[in-house]
Amino acid sequence: MLRHLLAPFALCLAGFAYAGEVVVAVAANFAAPMKRIVAEFERETGHQATLAFGSTGKFYAQIKNGAPFQVFLAADDITPARLEAEGDAVAGTRFTYAIGRLVLWSARPGFIDDRGEVLRTGGFRRLALANPRLAPYGAAAIETLTALNLTETLRPKFVTADNIAQAHQFVASGNAELGFVALAQVGQDGRITAGSGWIVPPHLHAPIRQDAVLLPGGRDNPAAVALLAYLRGDKAKAVIRSFGYDL
Amino acid sequence: MSEGDLTAVWLTVKLASLTTVLLLLICTPLAWWLARTRSRWKGPIGAIVTLPLVLPPAVLGFYLLVLMGPEGPVGRLTQALGLGLLPFTFAGLVVASIIYSLPFVAQPLQQAFEAIGDRPLEAAATLRAGPWDTFFTVVLPLARPGFITASVLGFAHTVGEFGVILMIGGNIPGQTQVLSMAIYNHVEAMDYASAHWLAGGMLAFSFLVLLLVNHFKPGGRPARHG
Repeated sequence: MLRHLLAPFALCLAGFAYAGEVVVAVAANFAAPMKRIVAEFERETGHQATLAFGSTGKFYAQIKNGAPFQVFLAADDITPARLEAEGDAVAGTRFTYAIGRLVLWSARPGFIDDRGEVLRTGGFRRLALANPRLAPYGAAAIETLTALNLTETLRPKFVTADNIAQAHQFVASGNAELGFVALAQVGQDGRITAGSGWIVPPHLHAPIRQDAVLLPGGRDNPAAVALLAYLRGDKAKAVIRSFGYDL
Repeated sequence: MSEGDLTAVWLTVKLASLTTVLLLLICTPLAWWLARTRSRWKGPIGAIVTLPLVLPPAVLGFYLLVLMGPEGPVGRLTQALGLGLLPFTFAGLVVASIIYSLPFVAQPLQQAFEAIGDRPLEAAATLRAGPWDTFFTVVLPLARPGFITASVLGFAHTVGEFGVILMIGGNIPGQTQVLSMAIYNHVEAMDYASAHWLAGGMLAFSFLVLLLVNHFKPGGRPARHG
């Protein structure tokens, strides 16, 4: 009886002996695509990937203080570069795995026209955005408003979220009539699937580059190296694009 | 310290003070009732008062966001009353803080009232003191340590509030950006120097307040020899 119960565990252990494990820190906005990519990666390579989701700023603090992550998928390109400059990431392993698209979004259908004119015509009390100091999507939202010459007019209506997931929550719950979120949160295959929105043209803000980097703990880990290579492959790219990111 | 940080400090003091005063007004009759009643509702009401301890603050904040939002029952009520929506306003933070810190004020008061027992009340009654007179001249002085503990815990717990405000605050300078949010923003932005200053100041201030309270508590002063 006991042997039957233990058999599956023994099999698991045998599997681990041949395949590697990698622990990955993933920016929260990339959670959904990464889960899908990793499922495919595990099936194809036999490696196991453990994903931890969180904010880039917190991951930075944790990595600087000995967190056991081996690969880091940040929400920006500044933090991986900073880690590399400080010797806490493997030099020469940085690359852009996704470019985020910004959307002005409302949970109400028909509230936002496809040119974002609603920003000028008003009719809303709250405009949600991610904190521009912390989140690249927030910085892009401010750049967009500045390009439209609207930042100072609309500032009294700002509600600032800790991150882009929370900005989406503010708008989805109706507490803010509209807000700047990531296309990946409200769309599929480059189209908005719920409420109404305006996909901000990329020339209105600097590209939201999300960079990945190998961390020192993963330098000698084949699974970590394999995951980064897989992320650059065509299959992963197709998944990333289907979630509304550019590449 | 930057001007924004100073604003956050002042806002935090304002929020914690107002919350503590309102909680004392709400909790005094509530705790008195809980301490004296033999009603079968004592158990359920007591449990509800303790509930804010159970939910993780960010979860509590999420439900407040939904409840006070335009589709939530509280949000519908405040809109119907012409008060608008509570999330992202100072008033909203006060309401949330009252719920969040409720058990920290109600429970010390209830324990203080229970500790008084029946005897002083009976004695006051034989001296023909009315119920209100008894409450203000007998109960309140006897329950003083309980009030001090309740005020300190309510104030301190509101100063340390973070998860709830993170969810319903919206980080608006001067309105909802309190000290804990300012520290968190500095940490997330990797500006550790500013974060250390604010956090250090907060710790020092809290230590001093707690020290003072212990000093003024009956029996809190170290005995003097000679």
